Amino acid sequence: MSAVEADPGRTGSRTQPTGLLAGPGNVTGGKSTAWWGMVLLIFTEATFFAILLTTYWYIRFSHGPVWPPDGIEKPSLFLISIMTPILLLSSAPMHWAETGIKKGRTGRLKVGLFVTFAMGATFLIMQGFEYHDLVKEFTPRTDVYGTLFFTITGFHGLHVLIGLLMNMWIQYYAWRGRFTAERYTHVEVVAMYWHFVDAVWVFILASLYLAPHF
Amino acid sequence: MALTVDERLEELWEEEPGLGSVLSTVDHKSIGKHYIYTAFAFFLAGGVEALLMRTQLARPDLHLIGPEAFNELFSMHGITMIFFFVTPMLFGFGNYFVPLLIGARDMAFPRLNAFGYWIFLFAGLFMYSSFLIGRAPNDGWFNYVTLSNHQFTPALNIDYYTLGLVFLGISTTVGSINFIVTILKLRAPGMSLNRMPLFVWAILATSFSVVFALPSLTMANVMLELDRRAGFNFFNVAKGGDAILWQHLFWIFGHPDVYIIFLPAVGIVSSIVPVFSRRKIIGYLWLALATMTTAIIGFGVWVHHMFATGLPTLSMAFFSAASMLITIPSAIQIFAWLATIIAGKPVFKTPFLFVLGFLFVFVIGGVTGVMFAAVPFDQQITDSYFVVAHFHYVLFGGAVFPIFAAIYYWVPKMWGHLLHEGLGKLSFWLIFVGFNLTFFPMHILGLLGMPRRIYTYHAGLGWDGYNLAASIGSSVLALGILVVLVNFLLYGLRRGAPAGPDPWGGDSLEWATSSPPPAYNFVEIPKVQGTEPLWDQPELRDIGFRARDVEMTLAEGHDTMGTTVVDAEPESVLTMPEATYTPIVTAFGISVVFVGFLTLLLPIIVLGGVIAIGGMMAWLRPKELPE
Ligand code: HEM
Repeated sequence: MSAVEADPGRTGSRTQPTGLLAGPGNVTGGKSTAWWGMVLLIFTEATFFAILLTTYWYIRFSHGPVWPPDGIEKPSLFLISIMTPILLLSSAPMHWAETGIKKGRTGRLKVGLFVTFAMGATFLIMQGFEYHDLVKEFTPRTDVYGTLFFTITGFHGLHVLIGLLMNMWIQYYAWRGRFTAERYTHVEVVAMYWHFVDAVWVFILASLYLAPHF
Repeated sequence: MALTVDERLEELWEEEPGLGSVLSTVDHKSIGKHYIYTAFAFFLAGGVEALLMRTQLARPDLHLIGPEAFNELFSMHGITMIFFFVTPMLFGFGNYFVPLLIGARDMAFPRLNAFGYWIFLFAGLFMYSSFLIGRAPNDGWFNYVTLSNHQFTPALNIDYYTLGLVFLGISTTVGSINFIVTILKLRAPGMSLNRMPLFVWAILATSFSVVFALPSLTMANVMLELDRRAGFNFFNVAKGGDAILWQHLFWIFGHPDVYIIFLPAVGIVSSIVPVFSRRKIIGYLWLALATMTTAIIGFGVWVHHMFATGLPTLSMAFFSAASMLITIPSAIQIFAWLATIIAGKPVFKTPFLFVLGFLFVFVIGGVTGVMFAAVPFDQQITDSYFVVAHFHYVLFGGAVFPIFAAIYYWVPKMWGHLLHEGLGKLSFWLIFVGFNLTFFPMHILGLLGMPRRIYTYHAGLGWDGYNLAASIGSSVLALGILVVLVNFLLYGLRRGAPAGPDPWGGDSLEWATSSPPPAYNFVEIPKVQGTEPLWDQPELRDIGFRARDVEMTLAEGHDTMGTTVVDAEPESVLTMPEATYTPIVTAFGISVVFVGFLTLLLPIIVLGGVIAIGGMMAWLRPKELPE
């Protein structure tokens, strides 16, 4: 009943609707659907962090003047002042990798991803050292301060870990040559996630580490 | 041999029939049907729980069900209805109809869609498996601490609750993200935002609410689970925690959730009213705006569930005002529908009857709602049967009536057969009368002082007659629901007259294709020029099976069209994924992880994690480059 006959065989040349670009994968005109999906995932994730930090402030303000309570030391700023720049600066090689592959430079992609991975992993290892020291003084079970401190930093650490796993995963495909100047959606999306994990840290740093000193 | 365009599309889009396709399908129509079947099964389960409660409460001093079992029944009833029936049911309709309504061939993320369904199913089975060990959640559907702390409910009941809801939250979140991206990016050319069908607006608003509201519930449950299983102190007052924190977190989610439930239902009403009034909807723009403002103000009213907790007066005044404010968009909507009905030539078919039933019930629910927004009244009546009456008027009236309207309206499209009109009308009257007989007396019971959540009461308090009436009413209601089911099984699936593409003379795109629609939905992607495309553009009426413009058939590959966010200008051709098992494997792995957390067995958690990550890696891996 169809009014029009299409060309026989499926491998024939693509006739594209006027004004549309043919695209391998989803990257053609505009942002890909995957990009939009990641934006929304980040909205949700940001809400998670917002809720945790609001909870922190809510409890801090209803708790009375001494914070941290129960004789717990104020958080030390020593390690954190090394970790923070490492994490925040790790966004730079990630960005460099992303812009690289958009120009088809696979070498830049591989190097950038690797450097980002190394910096992120350093952050996580240092957080491990920090925890190792802190648990001698207090744990999540000690009181609500310990609960909040370890939950929030731990939740962030988990996100760094996920970011690192995704990084490793696209490194693998970068080495197998699956990304090109036209096909980079995976890289774009993972990079966005990584920038988010970095940016969130600033709020955690300010609330959990800096604010108790003022 | 030359293939015609529709044969070509058929070849590209059809999935192999059989069990394999049930497990691996990524077709939004199959997934939508799966959602609807599963959600309806949960509705029946929640209904049986309700009937058991009403039987126990029919007469004073009955002891058919003990107090512990009664606690589990009302908790699971509330949890089932709110989380496992209404939202998934509406998501089912959304899944089936959003792509059809916007002239697309599938959702933006078909595999994520399948994944969301499987998570929903597995989370439901997880939650219900608690009955097998006799440990169903028993602290009410909002599960307040400190009752739900380890100290007072040490057994697994509450762990099922917390883990089950975190688990289900994954499904709701990915479903919502999928809806948003689909609606923003996959609309047919020309369907700018201000031409979108109102049902699509409603799904969009709901999905945004989910994205911002659900994390609060999920986080609260994670915190509670950490408190219970790992000795954390979020809600432990002795160690500086805060019990009211749970209530805040729960209702920051919980009140927007009322609109998450209610908005899609409103969208259904806005779709049905013009079709059966035989005229265009009055106040389209107002309705679209009301949908969005309701979703936004919904975030500002949570404290009205906590007026009895002793908060500062100023903050109570603020939330009281916000709660009254939110009635304005609802009023606008009601006036727009009434105006449309009055100005039109209404045809009283079953779907429309359910819509009218909704209007009646919902207005009563709204009136009692405004009464609560007044703080002193609320403090007097909170936790009584008046509250039970109110929220059933709002939830049953606001969501279940529209859901039944949607069933009668859309089943002919989904299965190709008309439902029986006589049985339809019968079911409406049984449900309408049964509903009012069940819940109206509860208002009076509440004013007479009967508290909610009691498993029995003594004779001579003046409550007996009203309780008996409510119990009889619930049986009438159940009978009505049974008639719907019979109608569907008998007529909807097989015996009903063939529906044809457009049994109602509809105005939106789903009626431009056959019933049920082909796997590719439309032979040609439509070009839309108004809010009622089928009424304004006669050339679109057969776009589902006839191609005029080859370029718009996108028959070169497994493709649909991507358009710009606001104006829906053509932008790209999106290649859609084929059927695959990766979503169900990933969802299964995640289920295993949750079982591991429930049993606290590390090997199970690790095993599940490996399956889930493996599934995800196979699912998301970058495709090989073309030659
Ligand atoms: C099918 C007809 C229904 C009947 C006969 C019914 C009956 C009841 C009864 C007897 C209770 C217990 C009241 C108490 O002891 O405090 C209850 C509670 C509840 N119902 Fe229904 N109900 C029905 C449908 C629904 C629907 C469709 C929804 C939601 C969409 C719903 C949501 C709730 C909730 C949230 C509770 C409160 C549970 C709690 O106290 O934690 N019900 N219902």
